Amino acid sequence: MYFNLAPWVIIFPLIGMVVNLLVGKRLGEIGIGAIASLAAGLSFGVAVLLAFSLAAHPEAVTVQVAEWIPIYTPLGNLALSWAVRVDTLSVTMMLVVAGVGTLIHIYAIGYMHQDVRHNGDPGRFRRFFVYMNLFILAMMVLVSADNYLMTFVGWEGVGLCSYLLIGFWFEKGQDGIGNAKAAKKAFIANRVGDFGFLIAMFLIFSAFGSLRFEDIFSRAAQVAQAQPGIILAITLFMLLAVTGKSAQLPLYVWLPDAMAGPTPVSALIHAATMVTAGVYLVARSNALYSLAPVAQNTVAWVGAATALFAATIAVAQYDIKKVLAYSTISQLGFMVAAVGMGAFAAGMFHLVTHAFFKGLLFLSAGSVIQGVEHGEKHTGAAHGSAEASFDPQDMRNMGGLRSRMKVTFWVYLAGALALAGIFPLAGFFSKDEILAEAMQLNQPGVLVFLVLAAFLTAFYMGRQVFMVFFGKARSDPAAHAQENPPLMTLPLVALAVLSVIGGALNLPGVHTLETWLEHTIGGLQPAEFILPLALLALAVALLGIFLAWSLYGRSPLKHGQVDPLSKTLGPVFRGMERKWWVDEFYGKLVIGPYHALAGLLAQPVDQGVIDAAGNGLGTLTQGLSAWLRRVQTGFVRSYALAVLAGGVVILAYIIFR
Amino acid sequence: MVPLSYYLMLSAVMFFLGVLGVMLRRNAIIIFMSLELMFNAANLAFVAFALYYHSLSGQIFVFFVMTVAAAEVAVGLALIVAIFRTKHSINVDQLSSLKG
Repeated sequence: MYFNLAPWVIIFPLIGMVVNLLVGKRLGEIGIGAIASLAAGLSFGVAVLLAFSLAAHPEAVTVQVAEWIPIYTPLGNLALSWAVRVDTLSVTMMLVVAGVGTLIHIYAIGYMHQDVRHNGDPGRFRRFFVYMNLFILAMMVLVSADNYLMTFVGWEGVGLCSYLLIGFWFEKGQDGIGNAKAAKKAFIANRVGDFGFLIAMFLIFSAFGSLRFEDIFSRAAQVAQAQPGIILAITLFMLLAVTGKSAQLPLYVWLPDAMAGPTPVSALIHAATMVTAGVYLVARSNALYSLAPVAQNTVAWVGAATALFAATIAVAQYDIKKVLAYSTISQLGFMVAAVGMGAFAAGMFHLVTHAFFKGLLFLSAGSVIQGVEHGEKHTGAAHGSAEASFDPQDMRNMGGLRSRMKVTFWVYLAGALALAGIFPLAGFFSKDEILAEAMQLNQPGVLVFLVLAAFLTAFYMGRQVFMVFFGKARSDPAAHAQENPPLMTLPLVALAVLSVIGGALNLPGVHTLETWLEHTIGGLQPAEFILPLALLALAVALLGIFLAWSLYGRSPLKHGQVDPLSKTLGPVFRGMERKWWVDEFYGKLVIGPYHALAGLLAQPVDQGVIDAAGNGLGTLTQGLSAWLRRVQTGFVRSYALAVLAGGVVILAYIIFR
Repeated sequence: MVPLSYYLMLSAVMFFLGVLGVMLRRNAIIIFMSLELMFNAANLAFVAFALYYHSLSGQIFVFFVMTVAAAEVAVGLALIVAIFRTKHSINVDQLSSLKG
């Protein structure tokens, strides 16, 4: 029994962060990277020990660390301790966060070594790993919390890390401010969601008088009977939080811009772990959601709509990371739809496998980008000056990388096939389980949306693979691209293996993960394996890949050629390419009026009323003092007269009182 | 025996003369002397009351006043000398640089 070790999943990243912060400068890049990776790795080790302990003793255990908020009043109590909750759900998240996190840390040593040089500031290497360990720390707090407030602390912590890491190269990007703007956008969009979380927490506290999971879930049915409306309100406000953090409609807009961060960040935070926090939150609050069918339906539909909507945008993007970003939004839609329908195990299963293959895809994309950047440097040196506007992330500049980056190609292929849902890779099983659950739980609309999204997923992944790796190089840098060192490719291979065999976690008929989660989430229905549906999903995926091949594989794109899809789809393609003008729409609907309001408050209100009051007070004082200073004549006798007069007045008061 | 009111009247007259001197004269030394006059008016009142009430405390108080006055004179004269050195004048109307 290793339950007492539980706090160390948080403490190890903390130690790693502090060490790098204090003495990192003297350690060199390898030392910094080793300490950060070791911190994440040890955290993973603790999570594994916890998993073993839970296998023997599957009941949830709460490890108290310290008293946190002790407020006792006659009106009500708010007593929270800092406690680590060890149950099958939280340990599953810990394993994913620390496991994938460790691999990404190792990869990042190689990636950031080049990235800091490419961007011209090697001193930031240490800062990157400090932020990364801080992120692991915050994520661990989020998943290991035993009450909503502690979850919220982690929730905000990962949001902060996301902000810091998106804006890691804050002076770069469009007009030298693009990255900073992207970071700000992510932070503000998440604030909207956090508002929902806070309101949900307030409602929970007013209804249950506690924020601890155990108190709330054990009394949920009772409260639901007394006041059914409040459970609905709680779950719907929580959904707002989910749409913020997990990038669902309508708050998803920040995630594509978040690609401004370095690629390991996109892999760890914006694909594998942080963005799944919303899914985790719904799964954690399953006791509340299963009491509010309306909220469940809303969640499922938000997820399904997001899955399809984001997939259509991913089809027409050219930036290799943007495609993956929209794909992530779409896959998060799958998970949210699953947990919304009540298929919590299926959602968590897809969360885990998605962490494997999407982490893999992002890291491989980073490998591709650095390979092309390498080629750019090479050709730049050869030609005297590089093209000023060359974009190493634009897929139209790539092509033919299969032969130049062999390892990257194979792992990318594994990730893409897993994401597309090809048998027997991880994505096939997890996606199929969600579809099967949709059928079983009688959600035909959601099922249709998700199948369409699955088709588009296969199509855009096929398009990406054919554009990047097949055909001939469409630019000089791509022609001179170079494979990256083993420090970067080995984590890729490890993730590729996980992406291939990850489906074994919850094979149909065996349901390892489902049985595992059942100890925490009550009332799970194991998903039946529906063969026709699985075959349909597979056929749809193969059709998508075939279509991608016939458009982009059979006759590869030439340099400067327009996307062949734009001819076929016309204005629809244009809409997808421009992301359906959602950013512009939000700009008109929200940001424009907000700016107008801010302008109104700044000019007439702030300067006209508030500043005027302050300045008026100053002028008044000045006038008064100009009048009063005439009393100070500088003549001694006038002061003496004043003293005399004062004495006389006092005497007169005493005498005639 | 001279009635108390005589002493007090004299004391009041002396005090008022002192006040007028302080207020009207410009020579710092004269102002100083007027101040001393006011002290002594007070002293006179003290001893008159002491005599009248057969109490020693009034008499003793006068000694204190004289001691303090002596100390004050020492400081005051030193100030006047210092002022004279910088301003070459002891006319108090010229010492108005603190005018508001």
